[in-house]
Amino acid sequence: MGSFQSLPDDHQYRTLSQKTGFSLEQIAILHNRFKQLSQNEETLRRDDLKTIQDLESNPIRYQIIEAFFDRRNFQKDGVGSVEEIGFEEFLTVMSYFRAPAHRITEEQKEEMRRAKLRFLFNMHDTDNDGTITLEEYRHVVEELLSRSGALGRETAKGIADAAMLEVASISVGPMAPDEFYEGITFEQFLKILKGIEIETRMHIRFLNMDTTVLCKQHCV
Amino acid sequence: MELKMFILVLGLLVGSLMPLGGAASSPDTGTGHGGSHGNKNPGNGTTYSKKPFPVLSFDYEHVRLPFEISLWVLLASLMKLGFHLIPRVSSIVPESCLLIVVGLLVGGLIKMVGEDPPVLESKIFFFYLLPPIILDAGYFMPIRQFTENLGTILMFAVVGTLWNSFFVGGLLYGVCQLEGHKLAYVDLLSCLLFGSIISAVDPVAVLAVFEEIHINELLHILVFGESLLNDAVTVVLYHLFEEYSSVGSITFMDVFLGIVCFLVVSLGGIVVGAIYGILAAFTSRFTSHTRVIEPLFVFVYSYMAYLSAEVFHLSGIMALIACGAVMRPYVEANISHKSHTTIKYFLKMWSSVSDTLIFIFLGVSTVAGPHQWNWTFVVATVIFCLVARVLGVVGLTFVINKFRIVKLTSKDQFIIAYGGLRGAIAFSLVYLLNPKHFPMRNMFLTAIITVIFFTVFVQGMTIRPLVDLLAVKKKQETKRSINEEIHTQFLDHLLTGIEDICGHYGHHHWKDKLNRFNKKYVKKCLIAGERSKEPQLIAFYHKMEMKQAIELVESGGGAKLPSALPSTVSMQNIQPKKPSQDRALPQLSKAREEEIRKILRTNLQRTRQRLRSYNRHTLIADPYEDGWNEMLLKRKKMKELEKKMNNYLTVPAPPPDSPTITRARLASDPQAWGLKSVTESIPTIKVDLASPQSPESVNVVDEFSKKGSQPKEEEGGLTMKVPSPAKQRKDKTPDEEPQQRLMRCLSDPGPALVFVSPVLLCLTKVHSRQYAM
Repeated sequence: MGSFQSLPDDHQYRTLSQKTGFSLEQIAILHNRFKQLSQNEETLRRDDLKTIQDLESNPIRYQIIEAFFDRRNFQKDGVGSVEEIGFEEFLTVMSYFRAPAHRITEEQKEEMRRAKLRFLFNMHDTDNDGTITLEEYRHVVEELLSRSGALGRETAKGIADAAMLEVASISVGPMAPDEFYEGITFEQFLKILKGIEIETRMHIRFLNMDTTVLCKQHCV
Repeated sequence: MELKMFILVLGLLVGSLMPLGGAASSPDTGTGHGGSHGNKNPGNGTTYSKKPFPVLSFDYEHVRLPFEISLWVLLASLMKLGFHLIPRVSSIVPESCLLIVVGLLVGGLIKMVGEDPPVLESKIFFFYLLPPIILDAGYFMPIRQFTENLGTILMFAVVGTLWNSFFVGGLLYGVCQLEGHKLAYVDLLSCLLFGSIISAVDPVAVLAVFEEIHINELLHILVFGESLLNDAVTVVLYHLFEEYSSVGSITFMDVFLGIVCFLVVSLGGIVVGAIYGILAAFTSRFTSHTRVIEPLFVFVYSYMAYLSAEVFHLSGIMALIACGAVMRPYVEANISHKSHTTIKYFLKMWSSVSDTLIFIFLGVSTVAGPHQWNWTFVVATVIFCLVARVLGVVGLTFVINKFRIVKLTSKDQFIIAYGGLRGAIAFSLVYLLNPKHFPMRNMFLTAIITVIFFTVFVQGMTIRPLVDLLAVKKKQETKRSINEEIHTQFLDHLLTGIEDICGHYGHHHWKDKLNRFNKKYVKKCLIAGERSKEPQLIAFYHKMEMKQAIELVESGGGAKLPSALPSTVSMQNIQPKKPSQDRALPQLSKAREEEIRKILRTNLQRTRQRLRSYNRHTLIADPYEDGWNEMLLKRKKMKELEKKMNNYLTVPAPPPDSPTITRARLASDPQAWGLKSVTESIPTIKVDLASPQSPESVNVVDEFSKKGSQPKEEEGGLTMKVPSPAKQRKDKTPDEEPQQRLMRCLSDPGPALVFVSPVLLCLTKVHSRQYAM
């Protein structure tokens, strides 16, 4: 593992810490990991992420990898995707998985919730038109069931349709036969996932990571 | 009025308990007397005095034990009925308090008559009364929340109980020493023993009280989980102090062995339970031909797990919980729907009766048991228990909150502390003490009973208003929607992926590994057939569908459809407008088809089937006997349902035309009744209509024989026949001649009503012989 000069990085870390809310130790650990994945280069590419062994068995790995390269997740009004990302973007995406601090106000909690749900929403809404259409939803369910073969693919359609119907009836209510429900908007998405406490469920414990062990496995 | 009758019956019952106690002694003397008579004439040899043949005789001893047991169970059940007939009382006082009061009354009555009231024998309690309650709790334990909060629960159970025992035991010893001559003989070890017995939170009492107050699931699982897991600690401490109190001292070696013993007891119990659980799951894989005894395996294996753990003095409660929790996912995938219902209801029934009996016997034992009242000791015990509990909870929460994401607020802490109820387990453990080694046993008994009464009455009664006062979050009764399920799974995979990217082998990583191991190896072994490959999402979806199907059928269709079934939005609203729509009919496994079909068949078929002979070994649906009025009612409901059905059509519903035009349209458009709604996964309804007929000619039997000849394949999905006469029947609701009705009724097939249910499926082959008289 390469050594890094402490001073400039320290300053860098401080700004990053302010921006993303991570502590300095957490940033250091994540930086190590970033360097490990990108093989000590400055930027990370999709292929670097694809080399992670454990990710192979994950049914939604492509969506996860895409999320790292999606401009919407690290810029306010970004559109489209990039080919490579730097450490700052990596950290920004990771910051969506921070746990809420102990004492935060209701407003901050709500804001955090919205941000996390926005991340999820962006993962589903691949064409960035602001709604999750039926096709996109079907794709999501298909990916989830992608390990089940033919049975999964057929049933996925049914499940996605049922889910869509549910959202439509909850958000819009009774519809005339010729009205068309465009898709799930972000507000409706918030509503249907109200039951899941996203702010506490969507988090990773960052502090206890020991990447030196993994280095032996992944260092080529 | 009902109440008066009920009290009368109750009075008779209790009244019968007492003379039977007295009569118990008289037949003895009677037979003894007769015996001596017989012996008086030995010399005469074969000449016995001939007595008249006894036409009617009274022999109570013969059936005494089962009779008395049944009487007690009956009393308990009637009590339970009674409380719900008195609405006001049951909302203020929890059931457990009322039951103890009843026990006190019954015990008092028995004592007045002069008999010895029965005491809660420890053996009966631990072998017969406790297991059903624990099994019920373990089998239906919400695993996800339990494992999420496992660290917290273990902290409370282990560290909390240890703290409580030593605090109470130590302080009581101090009090005894200070008090002087009356209590000086109580030594340290006995006090510690007493402390360990009394500090364990009791699952029976907690369940009884918490079930009525409906607090949120987190608090419920914390207190309840603690009450279950502290059994291991209690067992170890109890045996440790009991063994060594006769010796009089404890060395460090003993303490060290105690700790090792604790690990062995708890882990051993869990391992024993898990082994039996796996055995049960494996057995259930082969029960597809003998569905009737499926529930029996669940019960017997669990009970064996409990007893096996008790053989080695391991924690029987933990074994039972582990057994239930391990076997549940596999057994539920294997057994039929009816067996599942049976298991659920039997467990609830047994645990309910047990629970009632325990509290009644507590009351009776209070009246019966040898008491030795000592003001200082008892009051000190009560105070120390409360103080210890509060301090323990507060201290532990302070430490635990450092590691938790969802912190425990002070309201939560108060409820946890206040919900630490003591109950019958503590009583039974004291009862088991040998009076020779423990001369202060009676005093302990009195103190324990006082503490139990205090916690159950005072804390049990006041916890409900306190919960309301503090505005503690209550349990949310929402049904889990398919969206939440999808996103929960998505989130799980997402978090696992992020952990992998971070290189962090965290919580999600290991959970994911366990799931994959489960899917790859364990499920293949333990689940029969193709259900072993079914991913969780699909299983959940099918379960939901089946539930909706049953709900819909049971509600008769006339009531509001279940809320999860969107009745206002249909497929046409969400399908993008495409000219050719690809209607995929996904495959459904035959076993699943068969099951769903069976459910609908038993519920929907209203035919006058010839009664098949009742066979104990096969479960056949009861033929549904129809009355004429019900027939009319059903037709009305069918009409209403038809209106709702229109929502499910992908083609806009035809305007309410005259019957002939409607029929013609239906006949020509085979897709009209295609119900492509929620249920697309359960492949359905490709409807071929019979040729339209004039309303008058109702030659139903011919109709069906015609349809019977049409070829059906099972693989192509289920097809449904909509006989047009059904539509005619609806139109002719009010003014039909009895004769026509008779004919139709007699050969009225199930499908006519089946099509009405949007959820689907039907019999593909119309067996005409099924419908013929």
